[in-house]
Amino acid sequence: MKKLINNPTVVVEEMIEGYVKAYPKHVRQLEENARALVTAKETCEGKVGVLIGGGSGHEPAFMGYIGSGMADGVAVGNIFASPPPDPILEATKVIDKGEGVIYIYGNYAGDVMNFGMAAELADLESGIRVGSVLVTDDVASAPKEEKEKRRGIAGEFFVTKAAGAAADKGYNLDDVVRVAQKANDYMRTMGVGLTPCSLPQTGKPSFELEENEMEIGLGHHGEPGIEKGELQPADQVVDRLVHDILADMPIEKGEKVAVLVNGLGSTTRMELYIMFRRVEQILSEKGIEIHRSYVGDYSTSLEMGGASVTILKLDEELAEFVDHAADCPMYVQK
Amino acid sequence: MKMTAEDLKTFLKNVVVMIEEQKEYLCELDRKLGDGDHGVTMSIGWQAVNEKLEAELKDEQDCGKICITTGRTFLSAVGSSVGPLYATGFMRGAKAFQGKSELTDVELKDFWVAFVEGIKERGKAEVGDKTMIDTLQPTLESLQTNFEKSNDFLAAFSEAVIAAEQGMESTKEMLSKRGRSSRLGERSLGTKDPGATSAYLILDTFLTTIKSAQVA
Repeated sequence: MKKLINNPTVVVEEMIEGYVKAYPKHVRQLEENARALVTAKETCEGKVGVLIGGGSGHEPAFMGYIGSGMADGVAVGNIFASPPPDPILEATKVIDKGEGVIYIYGNYAGDVMNFGMAAELADLESGIRVGSVLVTDDVASAPKEEKEKRRGIAGEFFVTKAAGAAADKGYNLDDVVRVAQKANDYMRTMGVGLTPCSLPQTGKPSFELEENEMEIGLGHHGEPGIEKGELQPADQVVDRLVHDILADMPIEKGEKVAVLVNGLGSTTRMELYIMFRRVEQILSEKGIEIHRSYVGDYSTSLEMGGASVTILKLDEELAEFVDHAADCPMYVQK
Repeated sequence: MKMTAEDLKTFLKNVVVMIEEQKEYLCELDRKLGDGDHGVTMSIGWQAVNEKLEAELKDEQDCGKICITTGRTFLSAVGSSVGPLYATGFMRGAKAFQGKSELTDVELKDFWVAFVEGIKERGKAEVGDKTMIDTLQPTLESLQTNFEKSNDFLAAFSEAVIAAEQGMESTKEMLSKRGRSSRLGERSLGTKDPGATSAYLILDTFLTTIKSAQVA
């Protein structure tokens, strides 16, 4: 597959360099570790630090969400691979303002080990309290009985948003963790894959699908999904995705939700709006109110084709946080 | 048998070369089960170790330090899941080598026992989950049993590598239960686990290294 790169082995370094140079008012790269980025604005004493991170290849996630109302620090891994403990730890030390730091990351074996080691080191070496919330929104990744095994995908945006807003409003670490955990528990995502992505270093497609095929539940890194089938019209695909979400997390008539229709990389905004149109039809038919919606590329998988639908159920507290202002290089909300 | 710090570094360099040779094959296995990057990840980590071998480890004679640096360097370069796993293996194993420039049979055995125990503790996978543990656990059991009988590391490790190979092959018929590939269910059948495969290749490289060190 064609890519505009210089050298496959330094794509992450060159990407970070460009990003930091593009948004100097928002982000700062740490001298101690080139894979650790923090907000360029000084955060106030006593604010809980919000740290996110994961593999590269999901841009604008995760580093696009550094900014007020969202994350204070990001640790950047290799492509589709968890960052090691060092950048996590270095960013933690900088963003801790005495009230501790929350780690938000997807529930993947590598992330669990690396962020876990970093949390232990932060406590041991610097006495920084760390709370962790693992994102598990991907319905297709494990059955309901094994919900704790589910992976995190596009919904991490909402968990970061909730935690970022709570931290901004001066909540303490326990409360920021509680709010982030609630956002995760009140949220489900279902995705569909159409075309593969390829890693810069191998250049080979991450999976195979025929020209007329789609795959329901395809993973964020090209992990095979739960069902391959013939490509269907957008409405039918969305019907299936929303059906699986609501079967897993029933939502009553009159309840409020936030919706995210996320593109995986090469799927166009046109397709995403066509999909959102159907999500809105289904929810309004059921009397479910869409309080706020997000349509676009929030968390991608390189140039993968496909999209996901995330529904976050809102109580009063979460609705307030979803409405909270944010100012990040890749996401601004007034 | 005897193994020197230079032999230990030769082993690490042999792993660097072996991983480069097997990089594509490991990615190919991983494409069937995961995101197809296992060979790339191992290569990134071992290339970083190689840089240390050519610089600060060049004259290092403390086998413990060599292993600690190897573990830390590998972890910092890759993160991922193999980073913490191999880092824990090398750093736990390093305790058996601390302050030593020549290694005895018992120390070599203790190294690999601690190496495998460390990885098991960090990753919490069980035999049958289709992971590197399916290679490492049979290696551990075989090494301990055979070493108890003979106190001969080379003989016991030769047996252990045979057990490792069988363990690796057994992953072909297993369903993935850990990591990203666990969502595959039955579709994971028929392909060897890439992590189990690279673990075997590292053990095999250790065996060939110590064999040729004895001849020399």
